[in-house]
Amino acid sequence: MGRYVVRRLLQMIPVFIGTTFLIFVMVYAVGDPVNAMFGDRAPDPATAAQLRSEFNLDKPIWQQYLLYMGKIFTGDFGNAFNGQPVTELMATAFPITIRLAILAIVFEIVIGIILGVLTGLRRGRPIDTTVLMLTLVVISVPTFVTGTLAQYLLGVKWGWIRPAVSPEAPAGELLLPALVLALVSLAYVTRLTRTSIAENARADYVRTAIAKGLPRRRVTLRHLLRNSLIPVVTFLGTDVGNLMAGALVTERIFNIQGVGFQLWQGVVRQNSPTVVGFVTILVIVFLLANLLVDLLYAVLDPRIRYA
Amino acid sequence: MRGATRVTWTGRALAVAVTVALTATACGGGGSGGGGGGGGSEAGVVRAFWTDPQRPVEPANTNEVQGGKVLDMAFRGLKKYDPATGKAENAVAESITTSDQRNFTIKLKKGWKFSDGTAVTAKSFVDAWNYGALVTNKQVNSYFFEYIDGYDDVHPDKGEPKAKKLSGLKVKDSHTFTVKLNQKFSLWPETLGYVAYSPLPKKFFSDHDGWLKKPVGNGPYQVDSYTKGQVMKLSRNKHYAGQDKPRNKGVHLKVYTDQNTGYTDLQAGNLDVVDELPAGQLKNAKKDLNGRYINQPAGILQTVSFPMYDKNWQGRKANLVRRGLSMAIDRKEVTEKIYHGTREPATDLTSPVLKSAGGYKAGLCGETCEFNPKRAKQLVKQGGGIPGGRIKLTSNVDTGSHRQWMEAVCNSINHTLGKNNACTVDPVPTFSEFRSNVSAKKMKGMFRTGWQMDYPLIQNFIQPIFYKDASSNDSHFADAEVDKLIDKANSSDEAAAVTTFQQAEELILEKLPAIPLWYQNGNAGYSDRVSGVRLNPFSVPVFTDIKVK
Repeated sequence: MGRYVVRRLLQMIPVFIGTTFLIFVMVYAVGDPVNAMFGDRAPDPATAAQLRSEFNLDKPIWQQYLLYMGKIFTGDFGNAFNGQPVTELMATAFPITIRLAILAIVFEIVIGIILGVLTGLRRGRPIDTTVLMLTLVVISVPTFVTGTLAQYLLGVKWGWIRPAVSPEAPAGELLLPALVLALVSLAYVTRLTRTSIAENARADYVRTAIAKGLPRRRVTLRHLLRNSLIPVVTFLGTDVGNLMAGALVTERIFNIQGVGFQLWQGVVRQNSPTVVGFVTILVIVFLLANLLVDLLYAVLDPRIRYA
Repeated sequence: MRGATRVTWTGRALAVAVTVALTATACGGGGSGGGGGGGGSEAGVVRAFWTDPQRPVEPANTNEVQGGKVLDMAFRGLKKYDPATGKAENAVAESITTSDQRNFTIKLKKGWKFSDGTAVTAKSFVDAWNYGALVTNKQVNSYFFEYIDGYDDVHPDKGEPKAKKLSGLKVKDSHTFTVKLNQKFSLWPETLGYVAYSPLPKKFFSDHDGWLKKPVGNGPYQVDSYTKGQVMKLSRNKHYAGQDKPRNKGVHLKVYTDQNTGYTDLQAGNLDVVDELPAGQLKNAKKDLNGRYINQPAGILQTVSFPMYDKNWQGRKANLVRRGLSMAIDRKEVTEKIYHGTREPATDLTSPVLKSAGGYKAGLCGETCEFNPKRAKQLVKQGGGIPGGRIKLTSNVDTGSHRQWMEAVCNSINHTLGKNNACTVDPVPTFSEFRSNVSAKKMKGMFRTGWQMDYPLIQNFIQPIFYKDASSNDSHFADAEVDKLIDKANSSDEAAAVTTFQQAEELILEKLPAIPLWYQNGNAGYSDRVSGVRLNPFSVPVFTDIKVK
């Protein structure tokens, strides 16, 4: 197991270098960010040249990349164009988005799996049909529609919550945004669990367990659910990364100053240090989440062994 | 057995996760309750929409509205533009005198202080201007100092600066300094209301990082705290010596990630002033806000320019085609249908905020700017048709509904000329890419050019855009007669200058390197908690006048 983890970690290195280089090239290929700093007028060439050399934009791209990576390993992600260190932006943005993502994941796990088990065990009954219909609706409505609608109804029309989350973004204010963020994935988790449970409910080992005279509860939770969770866990693992990056829409709607917002602003303003820095961290999060998923397989199904 | 332990392990992990989340939630709940209770600190304070400034907030380094908002509150220059008339009036300046339109003597009023209590002296201005002009300080507004003698030495196009200070600036005594310009420029004193010319305190030079974290200025407000990306809190500057003392206790600028959220918060009563209304809401804003909606002219003009460096667009025949294209655009329809009255069809090359005293002249463009399909078709035919038979209209499309109006303009042209594909839209994804193409002279057909004034003067709408090789002359238009008139205007006294600039403008409209499209308005909405909200000619809310109930 230990050797497996080490091997996986080593494999991450080329993936990491490859992805960061691609992102770097893509961000810098879009155009010259210095132009954008001068607003709607032609930049004054002398000042523009000074700014380019400050951000190393006057060097060939491979050299820029090496300089950038060299700095990253010393913990320096460079400065955003307003002079603020990118690490400072990360220190405020990541805790907020992690809080949002954890809440969303909890919603997904708790509500998604419970609904999945309920419907899986009661196939064809009214509750199954209702939940299926609802998940279909949720999946087909885009997040920005549910988000703005919920914000308008709860925030403006009924005045139950403040429509915009305060800068400190305490978890209480993040409940609604997290639910909105989780909704689509939640629907998928429900459907995945339902199918998986429905399939496994007919399996031999379940019949054996029932024949042994085990209590119903124990059969469902220990035998049936555990075996049915593998696809769900895979989905949740990849979803961690998606939630952090995909929070972009939700964070904009509810004015949450997290990772999605910083990324969005970085893209709009062509603030390459911010974009590359944040995406680099997201890449690491993604890689680690996937490793964790693979390790969880072994926990759920003892037949899977890593050496 | 092994299996069993593992299940417990997962079970526990889940339990822990849920507990953590719940505890976090509980804490958060308490926190937000506290925040609500802390509303007392916001009594009497205006809560306004803000987005994070793109550059550090320094007077010579801020060229967009959001950073400009702060500078407008925290600084006062030699002059100040009257919010209603746009006229430059003395603020810190006691007098600005000249006998030859080139050498100016500036006397300061006594008793002005920065919010840290230090005095505003001649040196505060001279040091600030020298800092802003020096190329190695990388200030995006450096070009504001280009008319001062010695600018080429501190700001050469290439290489290291030859001098650290502008040779044209001399401190005479603590409250007097002189300025020598490198050309005659009679309207120059009127430009001094722009924030780039603000004075800076000693702290700016001795502790620059500290100053950036909490800017210190001499304006009606002082910065109390600045949390980047979140909020800037300003309160009354008790040392402020100007007439326009704030009528509220302070201003909190709150950072919003999205205009729509700001608008929603305004409707919910959590925000008082929003000066960037989302385009999609303009149609309903007046009704939604029960009339608490402002739509007034701003100093912004939208035009489309032609590449005058392209052979196809030179000569008398091309001029007829340009004229025809201009008359083929139904400006009224576009401004109403797409912008819901937040743009006005343009009939000259300036802006209504200048007022007629400042050089605005409605209808100067004449029939060229009027929609006249019959004449348009005729003119294009006379000019030998559009060069190449087709024309592209290009702009970046990442902001400001540019795609929509371009499509509308092209449709209007196609409809008039009776050809389906005479005009097509060529969208460029980002502004910076569009800018590089424009700078590299890659334009073939019509391209978007917009102008947001730096100061409410006709000079600012003409010289930077149409003078030979001027900084924003994107069409690379050059005409000896126009340049001569501009030079003449700059060397005559102020009243005569405006009329001469108008003559130059008339000549430009005859040559038509750019077609005026529409004047842009400033828009804002406000809550019922505040009153007296209006915008200045730069479409920045006049915060000092706002009263809080």
